[in-house]
Amino acid sequence: MKLPIYMDYNATTPVDPRVLEAMMPYFTQDFGNAASRNHEFGWTAEDAVEKAREQVGAAIGASSKEIIWTSGATESNNIAIKGVANMYREKGNHIITDVIEHKAVIDPAKYLEQNGFRVTFLPVDKHGMVHPEQVREAMTDETILVSIMHGNNEVGTINPIGEIGKLCKEKDVIFHVDACQTFAKQPIDVETMGIDLLSCSGHKIYGPKGVGALYVRRKRPRVRCEPVIHGGGHERGMRSGTLNVPGIVGMGKAAELCVQSQAEEIARVTRLRDRLKDGLFNRLPEIYLNGHPTERIPNNLNVSFLYVEGESLMMGFSDIAVSSGSACTSASLEPSYVLKALGLGDDLAHSSIRFSIGRFTTQEEIDYAVERVCAAVEKLREMSPLYEMAQEGIDLSKVQWAAH
Amino acid sequence: MAYSSKVVDHYEHPRNVGSLDKNDVNVGTGIVGAPECGDVMKLQIKCDAAGRIVDAKFKTFGCGSAIASSSLATEWVKGKTVDEALQIKNTEIVKELSLPPVKIHCSVLAEDAIRAAIEDYRSKQSRLAGAETAAAGSR
Repeated sequence: MKLPIYMDYNATTPVDPRVLEAMMPYFTQDFGNAASRNHEFGWTAEDAVEKAREQVGAAIGASSKEIIWTSGATESNNIAIKGVANMYREKGNHIITDVIEHKAVIDPAKYLEQNGFRVTFLPVDKHGMVHPEQVREAMTDETILVSIMHGNNEVGTINPIGEIGKLCKEKDVIFHVDACQTFAKQPIDVETMGIDLLSCSGHKIYGPKGVGALYVRRKRPRVRCEPVIHGGGHERGMRSGTLNVPGIVGMGKAAELCVQSQAEEIARVTRLRDRLKDGLFNRLPEIYLNGHPTERIPNNLNVSFLYVEGESLMMGFSDIAVSSGSACTSASLEPSYVLKALGLGDDLAHSSIRFSIGRFTTQEEIDYAVERVCAAVEKLREMSPLYEMAQEGIDLSKVQWAAH
Repeated sequence: MAYSSKVVDHYEHPRNVGSLDKNDVNVGTGIVGAPECGDVMKLQIKCDAAGRIVDAKFKTFGCGSAIASSSLATEWVKGKTVDEALQIKNTEIVKELSLPPVKIHCSVLAEDAIRAAIEDYRSKQSRLAGAETAAAGSR
């Protein structure tokens, strides 16, 4: 077993060697510009891009014509949200999303709010789920767009996208889904789920960074987005700029590989994730699972270790790469907005760790992580005044803290 | 953000972790911070009859820098009189541990913890003195 161990697959994934191999010729040999329509170099690049478009489309039951290449999911989300808002502003000015979306959805929505749109940020339940009834109740005649994520990147909860999509279809409202964490890794069908726009990214699926895609429905209804980046009219006018051919080839290959092994990989990763969960929960008292107990992406485990602060806990197993909802890990000194939206107190939010595993995670690594994490929690609890007070029977919620 | 080697050393080998008897009149206890803020420090001192700190213990809920700051504080107060211990400044902790700006509040908290422990010790001592005077007066 090689150290350090990577358990931050929700943040990014390594490029699969098969993906890298597929990309390589497009750097030096087949380097043409896919927009060069009059020579061999351009045709070769264009063929590669179109093949990748099919691979990405196939992962979500879409036609290749409905895939727009972008620089990543942040850009895809920006085109989807700002592009639809600007294109359909005559029709209405209301947008519905929720409070635990990625910042790449929340920030464009807030930007629109400052520019004359009304945005409803739906709350989520204690498991981090948005319910279709909430969306129904929030809809008005002015609603033009609903944007709800598929799998949450922090707590892993999977939303009932199909039901929300059906509702949007009934009300003739455009439905955007940020599927960064689930694209190609979970079954998605834009037809049965009623999805009109879907954002995804290369680097979450063992492809390269710097490439992403946006699915834009072409019929029933034909969705149009005003471009965010102008110049040259590439990608059906929705995203100008010379295509990142090696990146696109890599994303296509990565999507194809994920889809090929999807069912087995879901089963394998679920088993490893549950082994990690059981290992921690069987040994440590007073730890809590964040996110939905069953409706969650298979590779995510988010746990709060009461009485122990997240950043110091990560220091205790520095040979395992994870992330924390603790304030101390961010520049803002505020704990995770996602965990707070689930109703976690700041103390539990500060005590959270996100483990996320993937294609290259082994059982040996899981067992090592269980041992290291438990030892670190036990050591830090011995050092924790909160643990000591709790052991003495003091109710920590009733203590008058000297806040600073 | 990488931690300084001194922070890592204090985190891995914390000095003086533990608790003293908080009911002992010669022990002062300071608890500062709040769980919502992500750090709580408990720092205790034990003084001899001359007011010199002969022992110190800490327990901290917080990031590595908070643990290191309180660990260092217990090291520094030991052997000092309470008056000398009050002279310890958070900036000295920042310097010793090479804390980055975002972690300065950890050192402030450690300084506060020293002050709170000394305050508690002093209030116990003055209560004791008051009780002794009262007992003497009633005789």
